[in-house]
Amino acid sequence: MDKIASNSMVSAYDASPDRLAAGPRGRKPRRRLSRRNIIIYGTLIVVSLYYLLPLYVMIMTSLKGMPEIRVGNIFAPPLEITFEPWVKAWAEACTGLNCDGLSRGFWNSVRITVPSTIISIAVASVNGYALANWRFKGADLFFTILIIGAFIPYQVMIYPIVIVLREMGVYGTLTGLVIVHTIFGMPILTLLFRNYFAGLPEELFKAARVDGAGFWTIYFKIMLPMSLPIFVVAMILQVTGIWNDFLFGVVFTRPEYYPMTVQLNNIVNSVQGVKEYNVNMAATILTGAVPLVVYFVSGRLFVRGIAAGAVKG
Amino acid sequence: MTALTRGSARPNQWLRNLNAKIASIPMILTAVVIFLGGTIWTVVYSFTNSKLLPRLSFVGLDQYERLWAAPRWIISIQNLAVYGFFSLIFSLVIGFVLAALMDQKIRFENTFRTIMLYPFALSFIVTGLVWQWLLNPQFGIQSIVRSLGWTSFSFDPLYNADIVIYGILIAALWQGTGLVMCLMLAGLRGIDEDIWKAARVDGIPMWKTYVLIIIPMMRGVFITTLVIIASGIVKVYDLVVAQTSGGPGIASEVPAKYVYDYMFLAQNLGQGFAASTMMLVTVAIIIVPWAYLEFGGGRKRG
Repeated sequence: MDKIASNSMVSAYDASPDRLAAGPRGRKPRRRLSRRNIIIYGTLIVVSLYYLLPLYVMIMTSLKGMPEIRVGNIFAPPLEITFEPWVKAWAEACTGLNCDGLSRGFWNSVRITVPSTIISIAVASVNGYALANWRFKGADLFFTILIIGAFIPYQVMIYPIVIVLREMGVYGTLTGLVIVHTIFGMPILTLLFRNYFAGLPEELFKAARVDGAGFWTIYFKIMLPMSLPIFVVAMILQVTGIWNDFLFGVVFTRPEYYPMTVQLNNIVNSVQGVKEYNVNMAATILTGAVPLVVYFVSGRLFVRGIAAGAVKG
Repeated sequence: MTALTRGSARPNQWLRNLNAKIASIPMILTAVVIFLGGTIWTVVYSFTNSKLLPRLSFVGLDQYERLWAAPRWIISIQNLAVYGFFSLIFSLVIGFVLAALMDQKIRFENTFRTIMLYPFALSFIVTGLVWQWLLNPQFGIQSIVRSLGWTSFSFDPLYNADIVIYGILIAALWQGTGLVMCLMLAGLRGIDEDIWKAARVDGIPMWKTYVLIIIPMMRGVFITTLVIIASGIVKVYDLVVAQTSGGPGIASEVPAKYVYDYMFLAQNLGQGFAASTMMLVTVAIIIVPWAYLEFGGGRKRG
């Protein structure tokens, strides 16, 4: 560090006065290969390789045939690339008696994730808006219970929910699972929206009130258009969270409605039959693909979502 | 203080702000019926001998006695303790060190962050299955090292009852440390640049600045991270199901799995309720002191 500082100092003295007046130009001179940089970048690169390794092995394994897997090295790239495991994972892999592959789980997950995301966000955003701008007596109490509830292990509340859903006649159906996801998405989403709406300038809300706008008019005409980023953040949070859920899927649905994660686990960890590691890895990648695409496309917003969810929680 | 306004109750007290109240119905139902009601329900029924169906025939602490006498529960708790201890230590240390490295005004910060955080986007099932494959003794890391010439090399955590929980730990750290790094990095970015300048002027070595000045200043970030990791630890379930299904034998059982198995597979609801109540108690032990520090305790902050 000291060396770098003195280096740049020396070069500054060397420069002619008129250049000094113009200020420094270009990058701050730095020694590329200082010991410090080697340590920092070296560590980060090694760590990155560790994080990337499983993804690499997954892809390589899924592109090999079984004979090659039996004799070969899991890190070696395939000698002969085959997409058969992917086709098999998608369309033929068996869970129990059904042999129509992961595609069924995929479409189930879509049918679960889309309505759950939309409904939970709609409910929570209106809720957060009510909490931020239309506080009524007792609202804070309910909100506190809701936030504390976010820390209670799901296992504690699962059975009562089973009973409630059974009474409503939706236990085991997709509707039931959508309700469950809406319930458990509520604490974090409500918090997210409440904080966001509370951060918007209050004058806006007051001006609309003076002009005679009511609860829903302000929500739809003012709050909603101003908060698109936070809706995107909430969407990322929900899509990845619901897609990755396993516990609720296995508890609250019947086998024909199992989401992709549950079906994946059943395919890979089934005891009967010969283990087809390449098909298993192809199935694993397929299941991970949706949240990964969301992650890579959303970039910084994903980080913002989890930070909002985590730090404020 | 609000007695005056409250005293002069208007005729339509309940209808005031009606839309907000209607909009809050889902939240109120969730909070009161599911979170509060459901929790109380489970705790109450943990004192009954419900088997296939919940029944209100109280048997006192029977379920808890049976629970703490069950070898499988004891193993679950031990596993949770080992897993929890090491994953707290390792994720905090690794997360902080990575964040400190990322905070050195490096290039390609975004690339590094993307790589470290992507496992967090994946499902625990996916993580568990990948690591099951990597740790497969016949094809995975063990066989690679052996084929390099070290034939006595042994690394088969998923098939060795003594160390299976560390196999799960490796997968959990792979998935979770990126998040801790991001939280820590956000904390580091929140620290005033002047503090660094002052420390540099005083000639304090960098590591000392981190240990003595920066980490104490990041107390809040550390505590929230701790709470996030801890409440995640208690819930660990999917990862174990995918990676080992609790095996070999019952060596990698965890409490959340115990609850699920007793409620939905063994048809022994009472045991499941008692076990889940113990999970609730564990979480309360973590959360209550934190909530007290953060929100109670005479509002020392700010």
